[in-house]
Amino acid sequence: MEKRKRHQTEEKIIEIGLILVSTISILTTIGIVITLFYESYEFFMEVSMIEFFTTLRWAPVFDPPSFGVLPLLSGTLLIAVLSSFISLPLGLGSAIYLSEFASKKMRQLIKPLLELLAGIPSIVYGFFALTFITPLIRQILPDTSVYNALSASIAVGIMTLPMVASLSEDAMMAVPDSIRQGAYALGSTRLEVALHVIVPAAFSGIAASFMLAISRAIGETMIVAIAAGQTPTFTLNPLESIQTMTGFMVNMALGDIQQGSIEFKTVFVVGALLFLVTLALNFIAKFVIQKNREVY
Amino acid sequence: MTNKIKVEHLDFYYGNFQALKDINMDIHQNKITALIGPSGCGKSTFIKTMNRMFDLIDGTKATGSISFDGTELLDKNLDVVQLRKRIGMVFQKPNPFPKSIEENVLYGVKRHGDVPKSEWDELVKTSLKKASLWTEVEHKLNQSAFSLSGGQQQRLCIARALATKPEVLLMDEPTSALDPIATAKIEELLEELKKEYTVIIVTHSMQQAARISDYTGFFLNGELIEFGLTKTVFSNPTDKRTEDYITGRFG
Repeated sequence: MEKRKRHQTEEKIIEIGLILVSTISILTTIGIVITLFYESYEFFMEVSMIEFFTTLRWAPVFDPPSFGVLPLLSGTLLIAVLSSFISLPLGLGSAIYLSEFASKKMRQLIKPLLELLAGIPSIVYGFFALTFITPLIRQILPDTSVYNALSASIAVGIMTLPMVASLSEDAMMAVPDSIRQGAYALGSTRLEVALHVIVPAAFSGIAASFMLAISRAIGETMIVAIAAGQTPTFTLNPLESIQTMTGFMVNMALGDIQQGSIEFKTVFVVGALLFLVTLALNFIAKFVIQKNREVY
Repeated sequence: MTNKIKVEHLDFYYGNFQALKDINMDIHQNKITALIGPSGCGKSTFIKTMNRMFDLIDGTKATGSISFDGTELLDKNLDVVQLRKRIGMVFQKPNPFPKSIEENVLYGVKRHGDVPKSEWDELVKTSLKKASLWTEVEHKLNQSAFSLSGGQQQRLCIARALATKPEVLLMDEPTSALDPIATAKIEELLEELKKEYTVIIVTHSMQQAARISDYTGFFLNGELIEFGLTKTVFSNPTDKRTEDYITGRFG
């Protein structure tokens, strides 16, 4: 009886401890959101929302300053979209190869290599973009700026590719082998099994990996700060120098700005916008996954 | 009496392990051939040689001859896609695709592309009817196959296999995951199916073999101990080991 009571107290203590631990991350998130939106509120006391969301010039430190965020937003989206053109198809292709075509030996060799690629710090990719990819692009298209969105996008794409490959492969390997055998027994080729059975069955996992890759591309900072430039430009031309939301924030953070000044607040308002964009993306992902889920 | 498949001197290896030893067997057309024997005796391995499913496992090797209407099935250059279209398979556990009921039935047809789209609806209907599932699902063809019960799922897998119009149906313990009622339904169905198809069924249940099959083969440790008319094998076995097995002395 004594012993049982002691066990119950222990259980209770552990439970409370675990709740506290999990609360830390929730509280941190709430703290971040409050700071972002408080400073953003202050920002909008001085700058109109209409100017912020509709004008096309972002120059907060100029005199007179202008606060049109669209160039930063377009820069971020440009990087996200272009890098997706690399990371999603190549990542999915690698995943299909690894899970459906590669021999066990090959898989054991390639998967750690892919994960190694994912472990390279993004600043390394940034310099790789600037010193290798950019000169390459400029050889083919000589009019390209030294700093340009394309080079950064390629690097971001390569950086996020292993994540897509690894997570998609996990999702595809999780599809029961019996389903695979059923498809082969009906006379499917490997490619048909992969494309018509395994990929649809693993869709929710694959979509999740896509969304994670896009979110990372949106949040990626070092590569774009180094290779994409510091010129907020409202453009869809990937060969021009641009600036992304994160690129702007890191730039401002490195500079000498006074706390409470309008420049200071721009960092938070851009951060809040970034937060909202990522949040919206997550909701879309949830919706897409829910709608296309194949349960097995 | 026509031989649909003729197996001669078949040896089969998983790496260094010999799983089948010198198997000789004639599979008769439009008959049900049951394969019985204790676990690990090679009966499942044997039916997987007939649609070359063992190709999917590394380190397997089959020697000897399996002749299917004159085509050598062990030929390295054989088009296994065509083969698996002609020899369908139903597995131990129902394994419908995570798609709608209709999509499941049409899967093979869509891959092979040999039935015009205008005939798809009809094909779905006839295949499901042959698998005696039609009346249960005709109003919910677009629902997920996973909404069906285990027995219905297995009949869907049969319908899916029939939709590619095979000549032979391989069944690897198709009722082992099902309850007695669902099992009875499938056994009834087999009686119908043999009018059109040649059926080879692996079963762990001797009663099932006795109830449904025309021919029975008894496997033990990779050898085919006895093969013949089911009646004879069960009432008058020639080998002592067969007698011991069917009377329940081991296995």
